[in-house]
This record gives sequence, C-alpha cells and structure tokens, in this order.
Amino acid sequence: MTTISAPTPTRPWAASPKDRLRDLSLFLLAILGSYLVVAVTPMKGKLAYFTLFFAIYMSLTAGFQWFTRGSAAAKDAFVNSLVAIGAVVTVIPIGSIIATVVVKGIKGINFGIFTHDMSQAAPTDPLTSGGLLHAITGTVTLVALALVMSIPIGILTALYLTEIRGVFTRPIQFLVQAMSGVPSVVAGLFILSAILYPITHAYSAFMGSLALTILMIPTIARTSQEVLKLIPNDLREAGVALGGTQWRTVAMIVLPAARSGLITAIILGIARIAGETAPLLLLTGGGDTVNPNAFSGPIGSLPYYIWKSFNAGSPEALTRAWAGLLVLMVLVLILFTLARLLGTRKVAR
Amino acid sequence: MNESHESEKENMETTTRPSSLADVANAKEQKVPGTRAMGTGLETRGIHAWFGNNHVLSDVNLDFAAGTVTALIGPSGCGKSTFIRTINRMHEFIPGAAMAGEVLLDGKDVYAPGTDVTKIRLQIGMVFQKPNPFPSMTIGENVLSGLKLSQQKVSNKDELLEECLERAGLWNEVKDRLGAHGGSLSGGQQQRLCIARALAVRPQVLLMDEPCSALDPGSTLRIEETIRHLSDTMTIIIVTHNMQQAARVSDYTAFFLSDGGPGQMIEASPTSEIFSRPRDKRTENYVTGRFG
Repeated sequence: MTTISAPTPTRPWAASPKDRLRDLSLFLLAILGSYLVVAVTPMKGKLAYFTLFFAIYMSLTAGFQWFTRGSAAAKDAFVNSLVAIGAVVTVIPIGSIIATVVVKGIKGINFGIFTHDMSQAAPTDPLTSGGLLHAITGTVTLVALALVMSIPIGILTALYLTEIRGVFTRPIQFLVQAMSGVPSVVAGLFILSAILYPITHAYSAFMGSLALTILMIPTIARTSQEVLKLIPNDLREAGVALGGTQWRTVAMIVLPAARSGLITAIILGIARIAGETAPLLLLTGGGDTVNPNAFSGPIGSLPYYIWKSFNAGSPEALTRAWAGLLVLMVLVLILFTLARLLGTRKVAR
Repeated sequence: MNESHESEKENMETTTRPSSLADVANAKEQKVPGTRAMGTGLETRGIHAWFGNNHVLSDVNLDFAAGTVTALIGPSGCGKSTFIRTINRMHEFIPGAAMAGEVLLDGKDVYAPGTDVTKIRLQIGMVFQKPNPFPSMTIGENVLSGLKLSQQKVSNKDELLEECLERAGLWNEVKDRLGAHGGSLSGGQQQRLCIARALAVRPQVLLMDEPCSALDPGSTLRIEETIRHLSDTMTIIIVTHNMQQAARVSDYTAFFLSDGGPGQMIEASPTSEIFSRPRDKRTENYVTGRFG
C-alpha cells in the first residue's frame, strides 16, 4: 500500500532572498547616491534629496532590468517606480497635515474645552479657561440641518436624472454640474442677500445651513447619480415585471441595492461642508455661547472658532485654533464612521 | 385556419398555428382534468415591434392555449425576446420602443386604453435570462417581493413561501436558510428562486426568456422539470436556443427568423411535428442544424 504524502505548499513565484537582497541594495544605493549628489552639487534641501532619490532609484532599477531582462522589463520597472512616486507624493502632504494638526493641536486639548464655551473667556486667555463646546454643538447643528435638507433634495434629483429621465434631464444635469463649482462665498452671499437681509434680518444656524445645503446638494446628487447608474437594469425590469409601479420598484429595490453608495454620497457631502468657513462668517454671527436654538440667534462653529482664534494672534489663541482644527478633524472622522455604521448595519446580518 | 395579411410577403403563407384554442383546451382537459379553469389562454394578433425606426418584429400571430408550454426558437436577433416582452408589456420599458397589434389575455387586449399595466404584469409573469434575485433581500423576502411590490396582502405568508419554493423545486435546498441572502445561492438555485418569485403573485402565464442559458446541465434539468410541473396550472412560453430543450419541455414550438429585415414567425406546430417533419425548408434547416 502506498501512501501519498502531501507536498509542502510553496510559492515559486515569490521573491527569493537573493532578489530581496538585490532590491534592498538598489534602494540603499539610491539613498547613498542622492547624498553624494547633494554633497558635490549646489542642490540642497529635503526636496533635492527626495527628487534625487527617486530619479536615481528609477534609473537604477530600470537599468538593472534592462541588462538582465531587456527593454520591456525596463519600461515595466520604470512605470512601477513612477506609480510609487505618485502614491508617495499624494500621501506625504496628507500625512504632514495630519501630523502638524495633531502635534500643534494636542497642546490645546483638555477636558475643560469640551464642557465650556467662550462666553466667559477671551481667545487670548490661558488655555484652562473657556472651551469650544459652543463650536462643536454649532457645527453639529449646522451639518445636521444641512443634511436634513440636502439628502432628500440631492437623492430625489439623482432619481430624476437616472430613473425618470424626463425632458428636464439635460438642463438639470448641466445645472447640477455648474452648481458643484459654485464658490462657497457665493452661496453665502446669495443667502445673505436673498433671505437674511430682506426676510429674517438675523443671524442663525438655519441661515448658515441653507448656504451649506446649496453647496452639498450637487455633491450628493452627482455621487448618487453615479451610484444609481451602476444598479443593473435587470433589477428594475424584474421589479416592474413583478407588478411593481416605478416608485415601488425604486423604493424597494433600486435604493436598497444602492444603499452603501448612497451613504458614500452623503459622506462626501459632509466632507464638502464640514470645514466651510466663508458662508458661516457671513450668516451665522459666530456666537461664543452654546445656542440650542437653530433658528434664532448667532451660533458658533468650529471653522468660525478657528478663524477667530487665529485672528486674535496671541500664542494661547493660536493653540486654541490648532486644537479647534484637531477637534474638527476628529469630528468629521466620527461623522464618517457613524454614517458608515448606520449604512451597513442591516446588511451585515 | 390561416388569416391572410395582404401586406405580408409570400413566405408568410406557410405560417401555421396550432389548432384552435378550444381544441387544445379539450386535449389538455383530457390529459389533466380540471385545466379548463385556467381560461382560454393567450392570443397575439399581428404583433409588430420597433426600436426607434428599426422594425424588429413583423406580424406575429400566435395562440397559446391555457396549460401548454410553447417554445420559441430561432437564431439570435430574430425578435423572440422582443415578442415575449410585448406580451407582458415589458417592451415599453425600453426608450424608443413602439409596437402594433393586439395581445389578448382571456379575450381582453392588454394594450386596451385604461388597462392597468401593473395588473397585466401580475397576470403574466416573467423569468429573465440572467438570474436576478434582489440583492438587498433574503431568500424568503425575494420570493414574497412581488406581493410587496404590488402591495397585496396575504394572510398565510409562510404557506405561500413554501408552496412557491416547492413548485420551483427549491424548497428542500433552502428551507433551512430562508434568511440568507439570495446572492448566496448558486446560479441554478438563483434562477429557481426567480421562478418562485414569479409564482408568488399567481400569474396565469409565465414568460421565460432563455431561463437556462446561464446554467449548467444539472440546473437546466431541474428547471425543465419545474416547467413540466408548472404547465399543469399555467401557460408557459419559453424562449430557448437549445433545441433539445425545446423538444423536451414544450407542447408547441414556434420558429422565428429574420432574413435581414424584421423578425418573423415562420412556422408554429406541435413540437413533435416541427422536429420530425417541418413544413418550411428554413425551419428544417434550422432544426437539423444546417445553419444558426
């Protein structure tokens, strides 16, 4: 009787230790090369190191491949390095911004700032007095109000553009695209001149969120439209063939199928407005007290708080501004996570 | 028994249809007593179809007796799918579509003014080429989705669920996981789920547009069994590219062909005849595999 022993699983296509050693030495050689070039030429600074390193690394790997495997492999290696540079160049500024905000902002973070507002304190006061509770609640109020208005309008617009496709599809499509390029200060001035001056005569969170809604609708509408386009027509046909009206089919089948994409649309909408400053400067009045009434009285917000603190200029005020930035970033992150969790909860069952 | 349409070309003269609906209903009644309650069936009169200015289907006259299975065969692009989509008014779902003619369900034209199109689609169900269970719903919800879509209430949901899955030949495979997503099933199971879903609204007629073209032979066999079972209680029209399948499942077969112009129905006969002694040369060429 013969027994067949199972062979050990191997990965013959994986890089051998020799390959890895070669890659590492090319990498180190490129670093060394960039140091040498910086030393002997007038070029200097981080940017020079960075550029030289990539240039040398690219030519080294491409050259090596040329000698060992020919020109096609060299081109492949060249494009590979180019793509890697693209990725690194994108990540560096983002990482740098986050790191700067965290390092500078963490100094201004203490428990007190989440429980106090600035009604009893000036931006130039020591960091232990005052806080940004009013700004956090204000931003949450503004974003929530803007969401309540822009989600239905945005998604209904997207449904009109994808499901109904009436005579107005083209003009609306054009307007939505044009609207997504509207500068935020224009949206702010529009609400200021069309509603605040002639009708309400007073700052409020509602005025601010109207301007934010104008900015948010195109983002939500366009992203939702792209998502709805991806839903296979088969599903719509199946729904209609089962005796559903168009509305029932959209509500029961198309929208649930597009659910996670629609959540992404909403997240992108939040991202668009969470840090908007210009319309809030014009419309909200930027109070220093927690204002629970969204429809009357000035209301603070994180962007406004950051702007005001930077303008005050003292070291304490600057630290407040950085802390405000950090809190804004974390708040946006929390909103994203919340939206994602709400969006996937039912599907995960 | 052949209505002559003056406008039509010579080759249409060979067009024949199964004997009158009443005869078929009698024969069926003898084979399976009680089937007469299903109504007189479905008749199509002079169906033409267009997409924009493109005339894709010309003058199709076909009768489908209640309780029979009719297979529509013919090469791709000859208008078979378009034809069955005119029957349950899915044709109008495509922008630019137009049609002419009458589709009579129990003698009433489904295109008559004032007809509720959603009711028509409840009476004439459809199974598509690609299995398309609703991704956001569980298996159970998928089966009952037609009721929700058409806002019908039933008291005995669980019984209906079991009955439909049983008739579609899927009950034993899914009874323990009705709460799982439809997408977790295999392709053949998904297609049977789609059949169960179509059955839940109790249609009189079931249209099947190449229901097995994406499936393996085993699943195909299961679905063919299902079709044979269902034909006791409903009228089935199946589009297929598989001639063995047409021979296995259908009572009648209609051959469609397009000679560059709009698709036409060339010949319709009892299935055994069309495969053994077709009247038209073109039908013979097609069923014997000499072309197409």
